[in-house]
Amino acid sequence: MATVSLEQVNKVYPNGFHAVHDLSLDIADGEFMVLVGPSGCGKTTALRMVAGLEDISSGTLKIGTRTVNDVTPKDRDIAMVFQNYALYPHMTVAENIGFALKLRKMPKTDIEARVKETAEILGLTEWLNRKPGQLSGGQRQRVAMGRAIVREPSVFLMDEPLSNLDAKLRVQMRAEVSRIQRRINVSTIYVTHDQIEAMTMGDRVAVMRAGLLQQCDNPQVLYDHPDNLFVAAFIGSPAMNLYEASVTEGAAAVRVGSQQIDLPASVTTAHSGLAAFAGKRIVLGLRPEHLPASGDARPGPTLTGDVDLVEALGSELMVHFTIDAKRVQAEGAHDPDAEDVAAAGEGVARVDPRAPVKAGERFTFAIDADGMQFFDPETGLAIW
Amino acid sequence: MRTRKRTGWRRIVNGVNIAGLISVLFIALPLYWMTIGSFETPANLASSPPQWFPVPGTTANYSTAFSQYHFWIFFRNSLIVTIIATALVLALGTLAGYALGRTPMRGKFSLLVVLLMISVFPEIAIIAPLYLLMREIGWLNSYQALILPYTAFNLPFAIWILRNYFLGIPKEMEETGRIDGAGPLRTMWSIVLPQALPGLFTAGIFCFTACWTEFLMALTFNAQTNFQTIPVGIATFGTQDITPFPTIFAASVVAVIPIGILVFIFRKFVISGLTSGAVKG
Ligand SMILES: Nc1ncnc2c1ncn2[C@@H]1O[C@H](COP(=O)(O)OP(=O)(O)OP(=O)(O)O)[C@@H](O)[C@H]1O
Ligand SMILES: [Mg+2]
Repeated sequence: MATVSLEQVNKVYPNGFHAVHDLSLDIADGEFMVLVGPSGCGKTTALRMVAGLEDISSGTLKIGTRTVNDVTPKDRDIAMVFQNYALYPHMTVAENIGFALKLRKMPKTDIEARVKETAEILGLTEWLNRKPGQLSGGQRQRVAMGRAIVREPSVFLMDEPLSNLDAKLRVQMRAEVSRIQRRINVSTIYVTHDQIEAMTMGDRVAVMRAGLLQQCDNPQVLYDHPDNLFVAAFIGSPAMNLYEASVTEGAAAVRVGSQQIDLPASVTTAHSGLAAFAGKRIVLGLRPEHLPASGDARPGPTLTGDVDLVEALGSELMVHFTIDAKRVQAEGAHDPDAEDVAAAGEGVARVDPRAPVKAGERFTFAIDADGMQFFDPETGLAIW
Repeated sequence: MRTRKRTGWRRIVNGVNIAGLISVLFIALPLYWMTIGSFETPANLASSPPQWFPVPGTTANYSTAFSQYHFWIFFRNSLIVTIIATALVLALGTLAGYALGRTPMRGKFSLLVVLLMISVFPEIAIIAPLYLLMREIGWLNSYQALILPYTAFNLPFAIWILRNYFLGIPKEMEETGRIDGAGPLRTMWSIVLPQALPGLFTAGIFCFTACWTEFLMALTFNAQTNFQTIPVGIATFGTQDITPFPTIFAASVVAVIPIGILVFIFRKFVISGLTSGAVKG
């Protein structure tokens, strides 16, 4: 077990492409750290630098107290699980799991014992004599995990280990991987482009974009207090509704399209930075659950929109609506794999299933004012 | 395509089966002719119409080939030259193919094209200068006079086949090995080569066959009986007046056997080798 720390780590590929910029991260002992971001943002590159499979162009990488920039992969005491598992097809499951131990010249009986123990943790005992070609996707995934945990490394590195599985199995393995990680309590860096995976598995989540770290914190903080537009748009499903808006003179209200939303004192206190934006343009962010139903009855700010589509999910209604303000897209934040929930309208609200909302009518949503987020349209930074 | 259910004789006698049968006959008949020819006595040979099966037949042609015509010397020479050349081709081809498949290298593509061009280069175009060279360095009538050119001529094709195999092995497998503590040689031996076995067999059999049957260089460089290989040796059977066909056939049958055995043992690998090399690219 060990901590991992990256200080101002950069990667410039030989072709001149700057894939990772000044990445600084500290992974605590036993922590499950998730690196998440859209495709091509440099997650794999960062992970491979920790593994020693790519040179570090500049910066310092420490595992424990040791600087390992120039240490070979095998001497870093890490284990890595690749997206395609990279199991050796000509070896049985037992041989695959035991290969690293064999390289260490561990006695045969010890190897067998360790392999057996690992197989039990992963539920692979029955399959030990099979070749990888005769296993299902989920079983292969577990063999890949087994190959990593049998070595008892001080750090686990996993690059999208679940992305080859179908949706249902993925959910199941998500829990399984978390369980195993907690059980053996090894510091882990886990790469994924799936924000749900990141939110559900990570002790902390580091969001990257175009080689730059955007924010690193525990999942709830990322969700409640995104540092910038990108994180706000990337985390959460359905995504946060983001609108071009402006702050009124005196900063007591914001104007969205033709509507004016009065800000309660709690909001202006919490976001005291808004005062500086009086009379200026901002971006207003509202998560779907912060737009509950039937504002008419309740005091406080409201938002009225034309309802395009109502999806009944049983426990709640997903209401797609349009207002006369321009929606803001955070570049690259849209997950191409996720269902395009925003496509039906320009905003989504998550309301009580008994709310009298119908497609084709106007509807007034209450605004849960404490959930409102404000961003500087120039820098994308959150306004507090 | 809709498949009709065929009934009765149509199930057996149809276009596809007939075409298949004709192709098989086309390939197999000469082999058959050679094999039965090797058992014929002068009486069988003279009979008209020719016999489909030599009765009574004889095995004397085989002993003649070995006793009168030094066939075992040719056989030994062929084995030595072919096995060493094939081993060299596989060893060098593996290293070069791996380097060309994996390492970043400038001008890699041009190099591959040049290799491909060399592998289709006609032997006859360089045989004369090569002969002069061999004479100059005193290599005429030696094993190395054949081993070296055979290696050179067969290497490009082997490199291509093996490179394609190495490309088909995910890089992550070697990287896992590196993390687990396997050095380059260990990685090659335990991880890469076992997966490239079909490629090795394919390249090996192609090379073996090419060396085993090569005629022009063998004839030109090694004129002495002591260093002649099978194809050249068989061609010198007989005298000006007699061409001892049954003996030639007998020697040819023996010559074909090693290739037959090789292909039979490794048939599964060769077939998968030919197809998967083509698909993975
Ligand atoms: N060997 C290389 N040489 C040059 N550029 C590279 C190399 N490998 C990756 N890149 C570039 O670096 C960037 C980051 O790549 P990386 O593989 O780290 O992305 P990623 O975040 O893992 O994406 P994904 O989710 O698609 O796996 C990409 O734009 C990629 O094109
Ligand atoms: Mg990646």
